[in-house]
Amino acid sequence: MAKTKVLERKPLTFAEKTFLPQIASGLATTFVNMFKKSITMEYPEVRPVIPDKYRGIPTLVKDPKGRVKCVSCQLCEFVCPPKAIRIKPSEIDPDTNEDRSHIEKEPKDFDINMLRCIYCGLCEEVCPEEAIFLQDNFSLSGYTRESMVYGKEKLLELGGTLPDKHFKWDKKKEAEENNPINH
Amino acid sequence: MDFLDYIIPILYALGMMVVFMTMCAYAVLAERKICSLIQGRVGPNRAKIPIISQIPIIGNILTRLGIFHPAADGLKFLFKEEITPKHVRLTYYYLAPIIALAPALTTMVVLPFGRYIDTNGLVQPVVLADIDVGILFILAVSSLGVYGIVLAGWASNSKYPFLGSIRSTAQMISYELAMGLSILPVFLWAAAPGSDYGLSLFGVVQSQKTLWLILWQPISALIFLVAIFAETNRLPFDMAESETDLVGGFHTEYGAFKFGMFFVAEYAHIIMGSALFVLLFLGGWHFLPGISDPWPAGFFGVICSTLWFLLKIFLMIFFFIWMRWSMPRFRYDHVMHLGWKILLPLAIVNFIFYIFVIALIDKISY
Repeated sequence: MAKTKVLERKPLTFAEKTFLPQIASGLATTFVNMFKKSITMEYPEVRPVIPDKYRGIPTLVKDPKGRVKCVSCQLCEFVCPPKAIRIKPSEIDPDTNEDRSHIEKEPKDFDINMLRCIYCGLCEEVCPEEAIFLQDNFSLSGYTRESMVYGKEKLLELGGTLPDKHFKWDKKKEAEENNPINH
Repeated sequence: MDFLDYIIPILYALGMMVVFMTMCAYAVLAERKICSLIQGRVGPNRAKIPIISQIPIIGNILTRLGIFHPAADGLKFLFKEEITPKHVRLTYYYLAPIIALAPALTTMVVLPFGRYIDTNGLVQPVVLADIDVGILFILAVSSLGVYGIVLAGWASNSKYPFLGSIRSTAQMISYELAMGLSILPVFLWAAAPGSDYGLSLFGVVQSQKTLWLILWQPISALIFLVAIFAETNRLPFDMAESETDLVGGFHTEYGAFKFGMFFVAEYAHIIMGSALFVLLFLGGWHFLPGISDPWPAGFFGVICSTLWFLLKIFLMIFFFIWMRWSMPRFRYDHVMHLGWKILLPLAIVNFIFYIFVIALIDKISY
């Protein structure tokens, strides 16, 4: 059984009954507070430090050679809980895109409805190409619902270029060219 | 000549009104700024006026201090959409803010705010109307301000304003008693036998040449201060507003400029209350307790005494604001308890005590 201890409340002293010492000490506290540094961050001019791995809005990234990394596998579209992502795949024309000729697909349209997005980061987690990232942009606004559906161009612009550790498709291409029979 | 005699007092009155309204506006700014300082915030610092704000360093500092905010606030109130709810009693609804503001501005007529020395070498007050019942006039007129609140609550025809105004009425009546009784000893002392000042405020200030009344009658000062807080509807006694439980209190249904008038009236009351406290207990324009009047005789002396008086008023306004952001609101029944069961008896006892003391001093000195 839990022990309960009844605290005895002392009767107020005369000074306490007049409130005056309490008011004085309260005034002293607020007066001291007046000279402390303000903790306000003046937002549009001063931006907060965004920690690593922050989940801002999802964006599409390019690799350091300026190529779109997304291959339109549509895994993010499937995993997206609020169904914010819509992808229309298309083929990559090998003649016009020589450096991506061995990659079969790219997104024709890649729309993320930012009004639906819940910033869960599952798209980033599921992406096999490391093509979609939730980056540090947390403030977005628009005048219409349509303007809040971000298309491919906008997403690529927001995403920018991220360093790539693997260059997966380059390796694959290399392997393909050196060892065509195995493929 | 006759014509000029009419014009000049009007000009003086207008001048004082301008100063007074500016003080009201900047009291609002001071409230916001001090509140923000106490709460660790920055406070209003964005409003800019095109040319002045662009002066390199000064403009920036002024903007950071929020100097241009009162103008922005005023314009906002002026240009906002006037919304009149359908369920209000129109005449009284429009009348209420006027009735709230008018008494607050009227009381300044009898407020002496400096002193000059006339051709006969006598010290005279700088005041619009030097009447010898100054304090009675102020008490009578300033308490008319409650009619504005009552009318606002009643005309709004909705429950929160009604509750707010009911509370405010009860509170005003309760604290007026203690307030009146608390300043009786002051005038008992100031209008001593042989003095020719009667109930004039100038007389009270002149009686504090050597000894400020806050030192000689601290209990009166305390009761008066608490009552002033209650009369001006300031926290911890802002029963009329109590925005946490009554939405916005008596002005819930008001918007735009009508709300602005209530707002200005509130601050006008604060300034009047501060001025009254300074006059009655803090020695008016006298320099320090013991050092009565070091100001020179001429026009410069008038300016000095007025500025010193203004400085004291600013300190009192600061105290009002500082108090607001330090204290929680009293519960309504606690307010009534404090008013009727503590302050009123205390004021009576205080009065009787000083009757005996002053009578004794009189006996000894004669």
